[in-house]
Amino acid sequence: MKVKNEKEISNTKEILYFTFKNKKMIIGMCLFLFFLLLGVFGPYLTQYGPMDYAGPGYHPPSSEYWLGTTFFGQDVFSQLVHGLRSSFGVGLLGGTIATLIGLSVGFFAGYKGGVVDEILMMVTNVMMVIPTIALMIVFAAYLPYRGVTIQAVIIGCTAWPWTARAVRSQTFSLKQRNFVSLARITGVKTIKIISGEIAPNMLSYVFMVYILQFGGSILAAVTLDFIGLGPTMGISLGLMLENAVLWNAIQLGMWWWIIPPGLAITLIVGGLYFMNTGLDEIFNPKLREM
Amino acid sequence: MSLEIKNLKVYYQTLRGQVKALDDISFKINDGDILGLAGESGCGKSTFSNSLILLKAPMKYIGGEVFLDGKKLPVENYEKMKEKRYKDISIIPQYALNAMNPTVKIGKYIHDVFAYKNFSYKGVDNELKRRLKIVGLDEGILNMYPIELSGGMKQRMVMVIATLMNPSLLIADEITSALDVSTQKAVSKMLVEFRDKKFVKSIIFVTHDVSVLYQIADKILIMYAGKFAEIGPAEKIIHNPRHVYTKLLVKAMPEVGIKFSDTPLTGIPGHPPLLIDPPEGCRFIDRCPEKMKECVKEPPVIKVGEDHYVACWKEVKKNA
Amino acid sequence: MLEATNLTKEFKVGSFGRGVFKAVNKASFKIDNKDIVSLIGESGSGKTTIGRMILKLTQISGGQIKYNGKDVSDIKNKNLKEYYRKVQGVFQDPFSTFNPIFKADRIFKMVKNEFYPALSNKEWEKKLDDSLKSVGLNPKEVLNKYPHQLSGGQLQRFLIARALLIDVELLIADEIISMLDASTRIDVLNLLAMLKEKGLSVLFITHDLSLGYYISNKAIILYRGVIVEMGPTDKVFFNPVHSYTQSLLDSVPRLDMKWDEIPKRKKTYTDIVSYIPGMSKRELKMTEIEENHFVAIE
Repeated sequence: MKVKNEKEISNTKEILYFTFKNKKMIIGMCLFLFFLLLGVFGPYLTQYGPMDYAGPGYHPPSSEYWLGTTFFGQDVFSQLVHGLRSSFGVGLLGGTIATLIGLSVGFFAGYKGGVVDEILMMVTNVMMVIPTIALMIVFAAYLPYRGVTIQAVIIGCTAWPWTARAVRSQTFSLKQRNFVSLARITGVKTIKIISGEIAPNMLSYVFMVYILQFGGSILAAVTLDFIGLGPTMGISLGLMLENAVLWNAIQLGMWWWIIPPGLAITLIVGGLYFMNTGLDEIFNPKLREM
Repeated sequence: MSLEIKNLKVYYQTLRGQVKALDDISFKINDGDILGLAGESGCGKSTFSNSLILLKAPMKYIGGEVFLDGKKLPVENYEKMKEKRYKDISIIPQYALNAMNPTVKIGKYIHDVFAYKNFSYKGVDNELKRRLKIVGLDEGILNMYPIELSGGMKQRMVMVIATLMNPSLLIADEITSALDVSTQKAVSKMLVEFRDKKFVKSIIFVTHDVSVLYQIADKILIMYAGKFAEIGPAEKIIHNPRHVYTKLLVKAMPEVGIKFSDTPLTGIPGHPPLLIDPPEGCRFIDRCPEKMKECVKEPPVIKVGEDHYVACWKEVKKNA
Repeated sequence: MLEATNLTKEFKVGSFGRGVFKAVNKASFKIDNKDIVSLIGESGSGKTTIGRMILKLTQISGGQIKYNGKDVSDIKNKNLKEYYRKVQGVFQDPFSTFNPIFKADRIFKMVKNEFYPALSNKEWEKKLDDSLKSVGLNPKEVLNKYPHQLSGGQLQRFLIARALLIDVELLIADEIISMLDASTRIDVLNLLAMLKEKGLSVLFITHDLSLGYYISNKAIILYRGVIVEMGPTDKVFFNPVHSYTQSLLDSVPRLDMKWDEIPKRKKTYTDIVSYIPGMSKRELKMTEIEENHFVAIE
């Protein structure tokens, strides 16, 4: 039964209401914002550069070196906050690229159907089985210099297939809806139907996809860094972990070198996943708790 | 006295307040009656049929009593209703066509239902086969999957399962709405046969299609915006309705033989009130062409003929 | 006006698409000026597919559609848009015909952008107001609202008003009132009948025989993708010849007679009566048994 009400709380307000009532969403957002702010403002709180030899090596946390120093005397806090920046950078760039490619492929395959669909899905399936790492090893062999940007681009270009597949099936079902038929018999062009009719209906879904891709890109970057395929210059959370393991931080009891980056990665990605499940509950009325 | 409803009130709890979907309904039906329950979408007919058997959130029991065979039904208690469901009161839901588990063979499915309810399956095995024959289904159907059945076959299958324990009351919720006319006729007639064969004592047949009710129902109950409007013998409701709403509703029904160019029909202007904040008194007041000053007060239910009751101020005046 | 010849729609079914399911099988019919033709069939009879083929929303597998003498089976782009100026549709579910996240009057803006880009806003507003009034809506009451704030009847009127804005000649109305309440549906139907007086032709697709009878001057009975009977509405309804048409008419719940009281029909055309399309490989021929009244006979 449809409950029609003139004074109905508008859709946006309702979503905001459930957003601020949802614990998972709040926890996820707090975690994410905390690290985001730390990444943005952290570098101004420290006088050392991330690669500077700031003081004595093997120094536990103190008032001067908040998170201690590495084996070589680099400031861990400074490395952490700069590492956060690059991680967020990878997430932003990689996540955006993956989402955009995934959406375009998914929309066109789902809307056009037929041969277009078959070709696009074949490409998608091929991309799905090519692992990022293999591609990265090839790139590592050819590129004399690897930066965070190129890493993010490669991650973005390999992470999209699942998004494309999911968006395709959603588009496929939206395409059957009458409002798409109505736009077609009004003579609206395909691209306009996709952007004006179909995409807006998937906004919540796209948002969730983006969050997952963001987190996924950060994790992928960490994995690459950890096996030594990270940026050749600069610092990242993955590189910190790689160095810490390389110089036996665990055996030497240098917990301050290994726990901060590890915890930061866990909490950021965890926070993003929390937000994702929270959003699911917010957008899907069936999962809402009254 | 098979079923008696006294002042039943069931609301929906929403963020914006309570939706008064079923507001103070009272009536009785006798053993062996098929009661047709009709009204427009949102009139409370589905709320009513659900509240008799599956009253759960966001539905909220506000007040009233239900008596089945003289015993009070604990409709407000979801747990206590468990033992009554299926055995004393059973429902063929609106989407019965999708009610069966698609991955389980039909025979196994019935078995599972019985095991879940702690009934013995052995005793009913023969009865099940006998009844399948009555509805024209082969017993081999028990070894088939639901997907292998047509819409009409599924509907008949669900009918057999729902009435296997000979419940006192069977609720059929819009069961013919999705069917083609020929299947609709067959299923409706089968329901009458079930009653005649005493598989069920009485039936509440919920639908928006009054003409089907005229074919099979003994009595028809008309609801409007969560309120009782009129109840009476089917013949009376169709050919001599007393509530202004019923009159207009019956008049708005096209039939084979009525043409726009000869006798154009007219609808009822306006639409039903929002049940979150309905008008005081008669809820049809905004659309009623014959409204009077009394209509802002709650209309009383008065008797206008044998088994014929109506809640309309116009009739109150006429009979005063 | 519109002429369909041997219109066919096939769907591939089964593993690797080896099987072929004919949703519509060689349907030939005509819609003339100021005709209201009811296309009557049960679910799965192919009636919606025929509507979608005429609206060019589904590709034609075989046969031909001619509009004012021109073959429109394969038109594209500019020609297609010209075709949509003349032929429009209204669909069954009013709530799904509106994009739920936008205001309902967005459908009019789409029409303006696509068909009247040169018109000034003032002229457009007047045109829109006129069109809304002609379908019995008060512009002030219904504009600027979301679909869920309007009733199903209002939304269907919106869609008819939209078609009128485009100066449409033929309207494909696919079950447009089956989701509306009994008290308001008849007014939408009356509206169509009145628009016919002004020169509109309508293909009224329905499963409800009484609605088809009420409004149409020609009726087509469709069964499993095959036209089994067609002709002037009165002839089809009061002298049904095909057994399927007869059984449909005898199953309609009536208000003047109960099912058991319906008199048995004389079975005059037994050999036709026993025929069920799709069950036999024999070819069907549309045969004129009285003036303009056609029945599918082997």
